[in-house]
Amino acid sequence: MTTIEKPAYKVIGTRPIRPDGVEKVTGKALYGADVHLPDLVHGAVLRSPHAHARIRSIDTSAAEALPSVLAVVTHADLPAVADTVIDTGEGVTRASDMSLNVLAGDKALYRGHAVAAVAATSAHEALAALDAIAVDYEPLPPVLSVRDAMRADAPLLDENRRTKQPDGALSDGPSNVAAHSRFEGGDLEAAFADADAVVEREFDTKMVHQGYIEPHNGTANWNPDGTLTVWTSTQGAFAVRAMLAELLRLPVSRIRVVPMEIGGGFGGKIGIYLEPLAALLSRECGRPVQLTMDRTDVFQATGPTSGGHMKGRLAVKDGVITAAEVSLAFEAGAFPGSPVMAGAMCMLSPYDVANFRVDAYDVVVNKPKVAAYRAPGAPNAAFCVEQLIDELAREANADPLAFRLRNSAREGTRMITGVAHPRIGHEETIGAARDSDHYQSPIEGPNRGRGVASGFWFNAGMQSSVVASVNPDGTVNLIEGSTDIGGTRASLAMQLAETLGIPYDDVRPTVADTDSVGHNDVTGGSRTAYASGQAVYEAGLDIQRQLVERAARLWECEAEDVSFVDGELRHASDADRRLTFAELAGKQMETGGPLQGRGSVVARSPGAAYGVHVVDVEVDPDTGKVDILRYTIAQDAGTAVHPAYVEGQMQGGVVQGIGWALNEEYYYNEDGRMENASFLDYRMPTSLDLPMIDTIIVEVPNPGHPYGVRGVGEVPIVPPLAAIANAIHDATGHRFTELPISPRRVVEELHHLR
Amino acid sequence: MKEIDYLAPASLDEAYAALQNGKTSAFLAGGTDIIVQLREGRKQVDQLIDVKHIPELMRYGWTDGGGLAIGASVPFAEIYEDAEIARRLPCLIDCATLVGGIQIQSRACFGGNIGNSGPAADTVPALIALGATLTLGSREGTRELPLEAFFTGPGQNVLAPGELIVTVNVPPQPARSGAFFHRFIPRNEMDIAVVNVGARLELDAAGERIAGARVSVGAVAPTPLFVEEAGAALVGQAPGEEAFARAADAAAAAARPITDMRGSIAQRVHLTRVLTVRALRRALERAREA
Ligand SMILES: Cc1cc2nc3c(=O)[nH]c(=O)nc-3n(C[C@H](O)[C@H](O)[C@H](O)COP(=O)(O)OP(=O)(O)OC[C@H]3O[C@@H](n4cnc5c(N)ncnc54)[C@H](O)[C@@H]3O)c2cc1C
Repeated sequence: MTTIEKPAYKVIGTRPIRPDGVEKVTGKALYGADVHLPDLVHGAVLRSPHAHARIRSIDTSAAEALPSVLAVVTHADLPAVADTVIDTGEGVTRASDMSLNVLAGDKALYRGHAVAAVAATSAHEALAALDAIAVDYEPLPPVLSVRDAMRADAPLLDENRRTKQPDGALSDGPSNVAAHSRFEGGDLEAAFADADAVVEREFDTKMVHQGYIEPHNGTANWNPDGTLTVWTSTQGAFAVRAMLAELLRLPVSRIRVVPMEIGGGFGGKIGIYLEPLAALLSRECGRPVQLTMDRTDVFQATGPTSGGHMKGRLAVKDGVITAAEVSLAFEAGAFPGSPVMAGAMCMLSPYDVANFRVDAYDVVVNKPKVAAYRAPGAPNAAFCVEQLIDELAREANADPLAFRLRNSAREGTRMITGVAHPRIGHEETIGAARDSDHYQSPIEGPNRGRGVASGFWFNAGMQSSVVASVNPDGTVNLIEGSTDIGGTRASLAMQLAETLGIPYDDVRPTVADTDSVGHNDVTGGSRTAYASGQAVYEAGLDIQRQLVERAARLWECEAEDVSFVDGELRHASDADRRLTFAELAGKQMETGGPLQGRGSVVARSPGAAYGVHVVDVEVDPDTGKVDILRYTIAQDAGTAVHPAYVEGQMQGGVVQGIGWALNEEYYYNEDGRMENASFLDYRMPTSLDLPMIDTIIVEVPNPGHPYGVRGVGEVPIVPPLAAIANAIHDATGHRFTELPISPRRVVEELHHLR
Repeated sequence: MKEIDYLAPASLDEAYAALQNGKTSAFLAGGTDIIVQLREGRKQVDQLIDVKHIPELMRYGWTDGGGLAIGASVPFAEIYEDAEIARRLPCLIDCATLVGGIQIQSRACFGGNIGNSGPAADTVPALIALGATLTLGSREGTRELPLEAFFTGPGQNVLAPGELIVTVNVPPQPARSGAFFHRFIPRNEMDIAVVNVGARLELDAAGERIAGARVSVGAVAPTPLFVEEAGAALVGQAPGEEAFARAADAAAAAARPITDMRGSIAQRVHLTRVLTVRALRRALERAREA
């Protein structure tokens, strides 16, 4: 670890065991599909076999007549929704689009689009009943890539859609481009004219999936009193509640969402799919209804992240990057909302570039509506920019890390949005990568090469709240509303233990439902350890304040004379007057009653994250297979609360990035059918495809957090695509500009087979 | 998935009787193909006939002539854990250890891999290279045929109604011969072959010329291919890169692949060449050690 000025913490920086570990490894943890309720029935969803079709009619009468069928719903059963925009934390969606996504209206917009749902006496009967629903489709030509979608004569997904242009005006004619945004600064043409060298290339990437293990699920019970309870696998119970309230036109107070354990999300479990269908079915049949997806549904009908087309032109003068002109067009899927803006805002943020123009296009295509995926948009954009920077460094005869250091952003550098960076750690992170044993060791042998890349992610703040109750034995129950995907129960309990000066094991964290704790935004944007951590710190301070007051009352002195040090209450002048946290916790009744601390924040200073990756590869030029020989990731974590979990996040992000770089893609046929909708043919890396991924945690504390925490979960997936492409270029002399750099692509390009 | 009857005949005669009861059937050996296909609705049958309780299908042994007769249902793990087989027929181990992981290998078997008749089945090019035959049995008796004559299309074979695979027979291998099986997958595990190749080389007494050769290629046509032209291109030649390249060209010429999510036509033709050469190199090493 490289650590800059860090206080001596007692709990933070240690590696205790996670509170949810035993239940998970013994198979006792309860996931969404484990929900069993009296009278529970199961449902099934009818999905469009066409990528693009007008739905002329849906006849459910034969299905409804089946004795086993308890309820059938279609889009007609959803109320008309208001034209509101729902901000779920990692992206915004219009309620009307969401309503049309959960059950198709007069058009099916992708293969797998839900068209109807059935509840029946058994899961098998529900599946069988789907065959009795008659849907009259008028198939339409599908639009399957941004380039096709942007052609003037492209079939339109929505005849009424106009492009929102950079000046805010709508285009005259209809288009599949939902929005075009632009960032500009400096004098681009002058900078290009004056350059020592200019590099220019186009890049293409495919849709990729987050690859979480647990499929989506939803169980709903619509009570006769008009309240609705939903059990689900989600990254944000409050976001689910807000979306359901909009879709079903219910007040949030009527809905309780119970977040179950979550088997991975990576952004893909923020939106909702099955929950509103289960709710409608439950309302109709009066029994709790459970819906689950199989893997094919997950691939075809839930949100992956965008593929896209990118074009970049960069200039260098005297070793300085002087100009960047980049255009990004990302697939949004069936409804607007690709992460193209995030990609646009991230890709140049590791650097100080004076002259730039960045165009971002959000494009609808006949594929599932994209969802968030770890640093949404940034990996694609970095695939483009970080390869061009590699080429610029070669043009400038500079070491690629030295070149990045020379051009690095630092405190005060303005991003393309005009916002100046606060204290950031890109330079320190480059330094850590440069000084690593890996980078200091030569790479030798035929067909081998080394690549590097940097990555940036904003990290999010947003709202969090917690309640902590002190038990008479001196332990503390921490009630939080951030669902735990990556070990946040542990990292939040650690921050409370640190604040209260008590052992980690004395804090018992629980993730509560939406009736049991204040609002919490989603576990996303790498925000939880940071923002909920801040709420936890506030709750700890609240408890400290009350402890001091209570001690002062016991000692009949002023509160100013009492201090809270190392988990102990001390009197300023009387050394005999001391109470441990546990002793005072045992005197709650006589000192004012049950002791609770509250923490509630709108966190506004997340502190951006930077990572610098170094990778060595070996390419078999005859089979096209790329082996990852060695991988080192250096990343600024601010303060690593639980270093093992920080390292786990870093390694996990890299693994997903390796899969994205080398093999993963949504493989569509020309009819818009995803042909590899299984983990057999959607090729994520297995343990046998990976080396040990070495981690170097850099700690440049975030001034916006009491313990200096920065989010760590997302940025590790940003650099791998480009770092690996740069390494493959180093090994083969060939620049791969299309993902995935699969064995097929490698042999086809190296042997000119296309 | 509708309800399915499960039958577990304890003898060949019971199995033949079960095949005559008028219902549509599939055999359940390891179940690693058939259960997946039934669950995904890719196949529908009235009954599953478990073939793991029939003694003839569950044993294996050396024949008097030095061949190996393998009961159709013997799990791969039993085969590759046998040190004698590993010594005498390493090519069989090449393929048996590649199918799936330990769980799969502990259930799955040659009879299932062949019965499933997938174009990319990993044991088939190895067995064809070794000159394997099948013994098929039915109420009428048994018949034997070369493995390469068994397949007629993807998932299709010459098995008559009422018939099943009893044994897979690996004949005695020629002196001074060696065989190798090689497959290419994009990852290091968990993939269906993009191309797979089995090759056997037999050297003359002096060890200077190729006396016989068999090359088989999978995943490049509707059925696994036995490429006789590749063998013919090798016979009489000095073993080495020049001869191997000619065999590879013959194999590539025989390939009629498709483009799908697992690979493209161009990639598969190219890989057919690469893998044929690599398999022949290793087969030569083994022939020289023999
Ligand atoms: C995770 C996983 C990984 C896999 N990896 C590989 C791999 O790497 N390479 C590969 O080639 N395959 C692979 N497979 C496919 C499968 O495991 C193999 O094809 C295996 O050999 C099938 O054998 P089985 O005993 O399980 O067959 P079953 O599923 O029991 O049967 C398969 C078919 O053969 C028929 N059959 C079975 N026995 C007989 C018989 N005696 N006579 C006539 N027909 C019969 C059945 O009717 C059925 O149609 C994999 C499968 C899984 C699930």
